[in-house]
Amino acid sequence: MTFYNHYKELDQKEIVKMLYANYDKNYLLKLLDKDVLHLHHFLALLSPSAETILNDMAIKAQLLTKKFFGNTMLLYIPLYLSNECSNNCLYCGFNKNSKINRKTLNSREIEREMQFIKNKGFEHVLLLTGEFPSIAGIEYIEKAIVIAKKYFASVSLEVFPSTQDKYQTLVDAGATSLTIYQETYNQETYKNVHLSGPKSNFEFRINAPEEALAAGFRKVGLGALLGLSDWRLDSAFVAVHAKYLLKTFWKSDISISFPRLRNTPSALPFIYNVSDKNLVQMILAFRLFLPSSSLLLSTREPAELRDNLMGLCITQMSAESKTNPGGYTSDDSSKQFEIDDTRSLKMILSSLNKKGLDPILKDWSYHFNGF
Amino acid sequence: MFAMKTQDILTIAGKEFSSRLFTGTGKYSSPKMMVQALKASKSEMVTVALRRVDLNNPKDHILNHLDRNRFHLLPNTSGAANAEEAIRLAKLAKASGLSNWIKLEVTPESRYLLPDGEETLKAAIALVKEGFIVLPYIQADPILAKKLEEAGTATVMPLASPIGSNKGIKNIEMLKIIIEQSNIPVVIDAGLGRPSDASLAMELGADAVLVNTAIATASNAKEMGEAFMLATIAGRKAYLAGLSDSSDIAKASSPLDFLS
Repeated sequence: MTFYNHYKELDQKEIVKMLYANYDKNYLLKLLDKDVLHLHHFLALLSPSAETILNDMAIKAQLLTKKFFGNTMLLYIPLYLSNECSNNCLYCGFNKNSKINRKTLNSREIEREMQFIKNKGFEHVLLLTGEFPSIAGIEYIEKAIVIAKKYFASVSLEVFPSTQDKYQTLVDAGATSLTIYQETYNQETYKNVHLSGPKSNFEFRINAPEEALAAGFRKVGLGALLGLSDWRLDSAFVAVHAKYLLKTFWKSDISISFPRLRNTPSALPFIYNVSDKNLVQMILAFRLFLPSSSLLLSTREPAELRDNLMGLCITQMSAESKTNPGGYTSDDSSKQFEIDDTRSLKMILSSLNKKGLDPILKDWSYHFNGF
Repeated sequence: MFAMKTQDILTIAGKEFSSRLFTGTGKYSSPKMMVQALKASKSEMVTVALRRVDLNNPKDHILNHLDRNRFHLLPNTSGAANAEEAIRLAKLAKASGLSNWIKLEVTPESRYLLPDGEETLKAAIALVKEGFIVLPYIQADPILAKKLEEAGTATVMPLASPIGSNKGIKNIEMLKIIIEQSNIPVVIDAGLGRPSDASLAMELGADAVLVNTAIATASNAKEMGEAFMLATIAGRKAYLAGLSDSSDIAKASSPLDFLS
């Protein structure tokens, strides 16, 4: 049974009911004493009622994070390989109909970008593409991984959905994790914002994380693009997806990201507002539900909020990000989105130190995959 | 005043240790804090995750701060999901000149980081044959402990409870059997959350304990390092002194002497 089948069998009305039920404060506080939370507990912690216990949730979440991750923060940097895309997604800067400067890095340009960010001290790189397989498909990504392995201890991917056999070639090339955001688990909304292109196939995308794990990726990253739909409901489905994957692939590691649309892209009629308080509640609830999972917060978010969330329960952050291919060493292509926290790695290291956190730049070795 | 009796030396693979508290290098808020805590703990055996360090970088974030004259560095294979990966990492450590000692950790899942006995045994057999000094991290499984001893490992390192859980000794009966049967040093590793847990492990007759999370994530890591040092010594002294409810005492006092 695929996750899509599992998803179709879920009683969505019941989930919504539990997300918006009125919970007694004492009941909610007692949940914080539990070692293991079930889905219905997680839904209660996401509910509007739980806004009254955010501080208590934060204390427990911080303790759990400290236990599993210590006083540390893993830092990584994204590297966009291509902004070519065949999808029409209303929220995305790479939308195929947008008149933007398209670029797909060649091997020489990839090397140049990698040398640049390696020199800054990064050891964990995240390679990203749009979805345009004839220009930047599996073989292209495979070549980029091989180059990246020369420079970095860890190579992660955020690319398009594919099948186990194709993902297998990326694992064999040396990539260790794959992030695929479903964007929204609301199938109706999904249809309305993904108008054409392969990404409009909701089912193919939602099954991609299990294809990736079956192919041998150690870690899969999940998330919803916050703002497209009700964040509470999308968070519930992200959690269900994570649990499904953990149960189906016992060796798997799941990380959760919290990408938030902060300005309404012009093509979208409106976005569902996700306040800082909402974002924090969501992150805390995920930490309590998935104590050992990496929780990521990117440079989409402002410096001040990122600083406040350091040491609370975020365990992984990007730094100095550029969202256009070749953006570290040139400026002739268009960005996917504007980042907010534009601080240098050095400044982020200093913020981490002030918070009593040890920045980790290397937490992997390519030797795991063979010499 | 808290020094061990000079004759109470722990010997592993021919190397002598006067401290029975082994420590780690992960989860500290800074390398500076790590060094302060390790010094305060008087630990002489310090484990380092190979995945974390850059063996080619003389200014490595962790290695650069550890005085090799004070600390015996014990590289570990944290992150290895199977025997093959663990063996590769061990060889990497040896080839780089870091050490031919290896704390063998094979943890195929990331939620509880529980050791895979089958793969650990496989890796241990291969590494011992290649001349490594192998210290395997295992479940408190007495049969596996004996198989590893037969394979030639230098110690066995059974867990007290899941790593990082700070839950203390949750499998005491199995640990007692391992300690009773072992002809090689038994190091209780993982889950020791409080100094009293370390004391209890030593009172049971463990040869040493390994503590990381509880020290590294304490509000004052340095003080906690010292607290664990004292607790380890206290537990060891109590064991050597003969706890009044242990069978050793009953034997020594020979209540039936009058019969002979």
